[in-house]
Amino acid sequence: MDLSAISPELMVASLMVASTPLLLAALGELVVEKAGVLNLGVEGMMITGAICGFAIAVESGSPVLGFGAAALGGAALSMVFGALVLGLLSNQVATGLALTLFGLGLSSLVGQSYVGIKPPSTPRLDLGPLSDLPFFGRAFFSHDWMVYASLALTVAVWWVLNRTRTGLTLRAIGENHDAAHALGLKVLGYRLAAIAFGGAMAGLGGAYLSLVRVPQWTEGMTAGAGWIALAIVVFASWRAGRILIGAYLFGGLTVLQLNLQAAGVALPVEYLSMSPYLVTILVLVVMSRRKGRSTAAPASLGKPFHAQA
Amino acid sequence: MIALEKRAQPSRVWAWATPLLAVILTLVAGGLMFAVLGKDPVAALRTIFYDPLFDAQFASYSRPQLLVKAAPLILIATGLALGFRAGIWNIGAEGQYIIGALCGAGAGLALYPSDSPLIFPMMVLAGALGGWLWAMIPAILKTRFHTNEILVSLLLVYVAENLLASMAVGTLRNPDGGGFPGSRNLSQWPAAANPELIPGTGAHWGVVAAIIAVIFAYILLQKHLLGFHIRLAGQSPRAARFAGVVPERLVIFCLGLSGALAGLAGIFEATGPAGQISIDFNVGYGFTAIIVAFLGRLHPIGIVLAGLLMALTYIGGELASFMLGIPIAAIQAFQGMLLFFLLAVDVLTNYRIRLGRREVRA
Repeated sequence: MDLSAISPELMVASLMVASTPLLLAALGELVVEKAGVLNLGVEGMMITGAICGFAIAVESGSPVLGFGAAALGGAALSMVFGALVLGLLSNQVATGLALTLFGLGLSSLVGQSYVGIKPPSTPRLDLGPLSDLPFFGRAFFSHDWMVYASLALTVAVWWVLNRTRTGLTLRAIGENHDAAHALGLKVLGYRLAAIAFGGAMAGLGGAYLSLVRVPQWTEGMTAGAGWIALAIVVFASWRAGRILIGAYLFGGLTVLQLNLQAAGVALPVEYLSMSPYLVTILVLVVMSRRKGRSTAAPASLGKPFHAQA
Repeated sequence: MIALEKRAQPSRVWAWATPLLAVILTLVAGGLMFAVLGKDPVAALRTIFYDPLFDAQFASYSRPQLLVKAAPLILIATGLALGFRAGIWNIGAEGQYIIGALCGAGAGLALYPSDSPLIFPMMVLAGALGGWLWAMIPAILKTRFHTNEILVSLLLVYVAENLLASMAVGTLRNPDGGGFPGSRNLSQWPAAANPELIPGTGAHWGVVAAIIAVIFAYILLQKHLLGFHIRLAGQSPRAARFAGVVPERLVIFCLGLSGALAGLAGIFEATGPAGQISIDFNVGYGFTAIIVAFLGRLHPIGIVLAGLLMALTYIGGELASFMLGIPIAAIQAFQGMLLFFLLAVDVLTNYRIRLGRREVRA
């Protein structure tokens, strides 16, 4: 084993890249859950975004268009979920699962002609002198623009949720939809918008995987990232700032695990590959144990809303 | 304006009609999907749903496959449905299926090349135990620490898949296999094989187990107090607590039973149709079984019918991929669509649709 082969600055840099898809998807799901809706279809929306983004980026040669298409694709799929859950009052858990199963099938269907193709590369953002700094330049300031966009989106989500009227309304709906309805707030409208936002963010996260992180299209390439994003929301106790910490923690873990594989640790590769999932479970246990019964979850999370006339 | 009005009682007629309606809608939407893919929709649907059963050329091969593929689906879905009814969401059956197969195969292979008649029963027991243990992880974490069983059971699927990969190239690898990954062929080792019991039907021990599980689940749900508690806990957790239901015990029971059944399905598959433990011997039955459970309206008899239908889409899908070049992934999307339509039309069971202007009441 040769640990000296692991370069700290490269590790920080790849940590940021590995965390970005998780951060995007988890931020989206945070907003959805804050509105009181549990969408378990993150994995399906991510993989749909991954293939939509990949296909459009390859066809148009523009990663920007690709990311746009991914957001649209994820949002479009989430609208199926929205229509079923909000309009037809279907069970949120089952519908979310259906979204994941359908998304996985649809994406591998669309993706068949894109296997083995290289996508156009997403350009690095030129941050001028910052990128030339020793260590910091390489670790923090030489990424593509999506990394910085995801950080900006974290701040934006935090600001909207905690500092604006829209955020207050959204949280009120998530805590008690009947009271919010009685106050004349548009429960379904806000929820539908939140679901669409969640879908778009999951789509962006998926596209980041297929366009930057890997970058290639393979069937089922999200490999549970959507489920980890759901776990990050629980880990973060439904707070935007902690979502960032959670995503970077899990991203860091993945990178560390990959680096250990590369460095030739005596553990078999399979055991290193399962470690992020095991740690996710461990973190879930610690978080749910500490809070016991009184959780930070929105009170109306997962409950159907049927306005009585 | 269209408004929904809650029914006092779920409609019995719609409860039976909605799965049929969902299947019809899926056929229409699936036909459209095939048309978009540039295939003749009628020919595609015919190849998937009619030819495997009735075509002179293919039926002799396909018909037995129906039971082979339906058995694991029914076995797993029966267990899952009990939990779903109680609001306990085990969605990691795929992982329990893998671990069941690994434990069963490992127990058998430890005694290779014995020809004792006890080998196969022991492997089956070990398989059920393995699935049960794997499901106990989310169950105990849920009861002790209130950890969400949906996320834990699902994340454990990825752990199980990695374990499978490690076992297939390591511990369980066939020592006489020339270094290729995969275990010894279990179906060719008489003491461990799970053969076709009645020639030409495809029925192996997994089919027998599935029938027993369905009858057991039916009696449990309809005639036994525990079944009543399961239904009550799903419909009204508060009322269930007053009726003396201990939620923790239900979680342990439902997750444990569905895990054991998934483990059984796994070992029957590894010793029979799959024949060995290989990196990709699992084909997603654990996930498809979720669709089967819902399509069967979480009812044991319904699950049998749903399991047969889903098995048909697997077989017909293979045939359509072979004959018409329709990608297998299209069948996956098709199955996902079915669950969507099912959940969508289910609104008719619990709500009445009112057309007309919504009145303003004072």
